[in-house]
Amino acid sequence: MDTKRRKPKQLSGCGMADLLIRFLIGGAVVSAFSVVGDVVRPKSFAGIFGAAPSVALATLALTLHKQGAAYAATEARSMSVGAIALLIYVWASSRVMWRSQLAVTTVTIAGLALWVVAALLGWLVLRSLS
Amino acid sequence: MRVSVDLSALRGTQWHQHAVRFFLGGLVTVAAGLLAKGFGPVFGGLFLAFPAIFPAGATLIAKRERQKKARAGLHGVVRGRRAAALDAAGAVLGAVGLICFALLVCKELVGNPAPLVLSGALLAWAGVAVSLWWLRKKHPWRIAAAALAATVLVGHSSPSTPTAQSVTPGTTRPGDTP
Repeated sequence: MDTKRRKPKQLSGCGMADLLIRFLIGGAVVSAFSVVGDVVRPKSFAGIFGAAPSVALATLALTLHKQGAAYAATEARSMSVGAIALLIYVWASSRVMWRSQLAVTTVTIAGLALWVVAALLGWLVLRSLS
Repeated sequence: MRVSVDLSALRGTQWHQHAVRFFLGGLVTVAAGLLAKGFGPVFGGLFLAFPAIFPAGATLIAKRERQKKARAGLHGVVRGRRAAALDAAGAVLGAVGLICFALLVCKELVGNPAPLVLSGALLAWAGVAVSLWWLRKKHPWRIAAAALAATVLVGHSSPSTPTAQSVTPGTTRPGDTP
């Protein structure tokens, strides 16, 4: 009962202005890393920017301002699990694209399910350890 | 192979492709914030490593290579797919750097100046990813050992892990305590 009441209250703490700032900063940082990835050569080097800490930088900067360092550090700890999931996702995508006949869009979009599954499994492990 | 910058690549990117990446980046950042608010920082933190750039980037690379081959009257589907696979191989190295970034921020953020920690973590991401790329070109067999060593070194750099008490009260739920 208490949990049911708490959720809308917590979400209402995110005002429209806050969401708009998040959207603009997140979009700008992701675009900046994407442009750098577009212009550098060779392709294997440019690929590094596909796993840049773009969302992390935008989110952590805003979280630090609103909720403080301890909260942001907790997010960063979970982020390491998300980054392991990203490693699995891009490695699997690379192998599948090199060997199969599947379209790149199909591989990258379907592969997002792999990221979600790996991240959730990692989150469960993290929860059981803490 | 030398690293170079080719600004003419920007002319090949249409405005709507920039707009899509801006929109996706903004959307993922908003979602990460909302998930952290609703379900706590342990769950929300996962989405700080959501692949916001890679899917659109790989698709764009494949399309460009396909179009380049088509202009020469050739069928470039396989070439496009291989180029995207190379981009993904680079992203694997970036992901190892991202793990180091996250571990460094987690260990050093509490008690240190935040701009310094975030700048240092960004440098660590770039340093680890570029070093691994260089090792991959020069000494392919050493890359796994180097990636593992970098992750372990960053993971054990400092004992200042955040505690359950240090997180703002009321911002986490049961099971979200670090």
